[in-house]
Amino acid sequence: MNARMNRKSLYSWGSAVLLVLLLALLPIYGAPYTVILVTSIIMYAALTVSWVVFSGPTGNVSLAPAAFMGIGIYTAASLGKFLPLPLVILVAAAGSLCLALVVGALTLRLKGLYFSIFTFGLVLLLRQLVLWYEVRFTHTRGRFVVVIDNTTIFYVMLAIFVVLLITAHLLRQSKYGAALEAIGEDEEAAAHAGVNVTAMKTITFGVSALFMGATGAIMATKWTYIDPYIAFDPFFSFMPVLMAVFGGMATFVGPIIGAAVFGLLEELLLTQFPFYYMLMFGIILVVAITYLPNGLTGLVMKWRKGGRTESHANP
Amino acid sequence: MIVAILDVVVAGLLLGGIYALISVGLSLQYGVARVFNVAHGEFMMLGALSTWSLNQAFGMNPIIAMAICGPVAFVIGYVLHRTLFKRLRRISPSIGAFEGSSMLASFGLLFIIQNVANLIWGTQTKAYTFMAYPVSILGALFAANRLVTLAFAVAFGIVFYLFLVRTRLGKAIRAAAQDPSTAALMGVNINQVLALCFGFGALMAGLGGLLVSMSYPMQTTMGLEYTIITIIVVALGGMGSIPGSFIGGFLLGLIGSIVTKIEPGLSLAAYYVLFMVLLWIKPTGIMGK
Repeated sequence: MNARMNRKSLYSWGSAVLLVLLLALLPIYGAPYTVILVTSIIMYAALTVSWVVFSGPTGNVSLAPAAFMGIGIYTAASLGKFLPLPLVILVAAAGSLCLALVVGALTLRLKGLYFSIFTFGLVLLLRQLVLWYEVRFTHTRGRFVVVIDNTTIFYVMLAIFVVLLITAHLLRQSKYGAALEAIGEDEEAAAHAGVNVTAMKTITFGVSALFMGATGAIMATKWTYIDPYIAFDPFFSFMPVLMAVFGGMATFVGPIIGAAVFGLLEELLLTQFPFYYMLMFGIILVVAITYLPNGLTGLVMKWRKGGRTESHANP
Repeated sequence: MIVAILDVVVAGLLLGGIYALISVGLSLQYGVARVFNVAHGEFMMLGALSTWSLNQAFGMNPIIAMAICGPVAFVIGYVLHRTLFKRLRRISPSIGAFEGSSMLASFGLLFIIQNVANLIWGTQTKAYTFMAYPVSILGALFAANRLVTLAFAVAFGIVFYLFLVRTRLGKAIRAAAQDPSTAALMGVNINQVLALCFGFGALMAGLGGLLVSMSYPMQTTMGLEYTIITIIVVALGGMGSIPGSFIGGFLLGLIGSIVTKIEPGLSLAAYYVLFMVLLWIKPTGIMGK
């Protein structure tokens, strides 16, 4: 069993490295347009995987991704002129981490649904506060972001994603991952077994936010102009949830497949048929929740094993 | 000075009446049917824009439009529960899992309803005029339509409260709210009752939207802000409590009106701070057990 597991993990590591290599060489053999498209798919994959890092095992549905991403976006817009890019991304990540730790410590004691609503309200609250600040004090709405060439954006986004995947994998393998699983199964039992539930949840929430902030900071440079409505768009809170629910959360492959599918669909449909795209988005969300409780990968695993699949997805 | 205070207070009560009515709807949907319906505000938007269409096409008086919009909203809500949420309830391993998945499903509904509305009505802001003449209350002037709005909101709330307290069906709903499985053992058709609750919730939202349309401009994206406000009101008043929703609604309306007077950009922030403080002090709400 052990040898088989090792071989299996060798295969999955091998294919992961191969995929990253293929992606890393993309700007050499791919068209500029492909690079831009793949960048936005990697962005969604990063948001979704970092969402799954926290919400997957704990079962607490966070709707805060747009808030953390918005912090990253605004950091890039305000500091991009003064600091080099790596530093901007670090500041954005640190800012999101701090906010997540405060919000987590305040709200993660709450019952599941209140947490979801609270995190969603956070997006709207930040948007209103930034808007109020801009109207009242700077008397301008929105800002320009320092532009960076698409290849650089692509590589930085890819690098963030690789670091995220390694972090997420290590976290899941470690005893912290096991503790998180235990919290998701039964919080009270986990607490009795000696797990510091609130601290564990808060720290994981922070780690997931950190990567969302970094993603926001690099993606902002692609948009050139941002305002509070663009930066704190609730859409970015729903996308990771949809992609993870659609792909399945038992492995990190599911969220990546979800991100690829919706990233492509968005590219094909959003500019020409925005209402139909969003309509379809809603329909797929409802159908996925009703008929695919373990997502697409859950379906495939069930079909391959012909039996019950282990479920981490408990939204 | 007194007129200024009265101005703010009455404006707050007028706003609060609407908040209270739609919050009663969500309170039923979450308190009894356990569906945390994030698409609640979308039903409101549907009510408002349908009223606008009826008014534009046939010159229909919004008060008469209630007889059309109310039943239609009820049927949509009822059917949604009989199909979507009933199935989710069956496949969910626990009530906690059902709450989570039904909330996500209602996010899907939000996108579906909002974009169907975008396809029908487009994204422009719409408005019609109805009873837009001023009425004086102790020296402060208010549009007559807003007083009509308040009167209907309060009347609907009272009628529904009497329905819950006085009728057999109302008793079944209250029993289902307290303990669904025991109520089922006592011969309550639980799926029927839950679907009715969901339908009543949609009805309240639809009528709430209709009342809002009498005095405010509307657009397809108006729902989400009302949903957030409603959630805060329900949390404030206590899940499943109708008097609680009314107290919470008027309280939030007053606070909103005061904050808007001082610093118009920060009303949502004020609601949010209130929500945060409340969840810390009394997570079950004012009238919660």
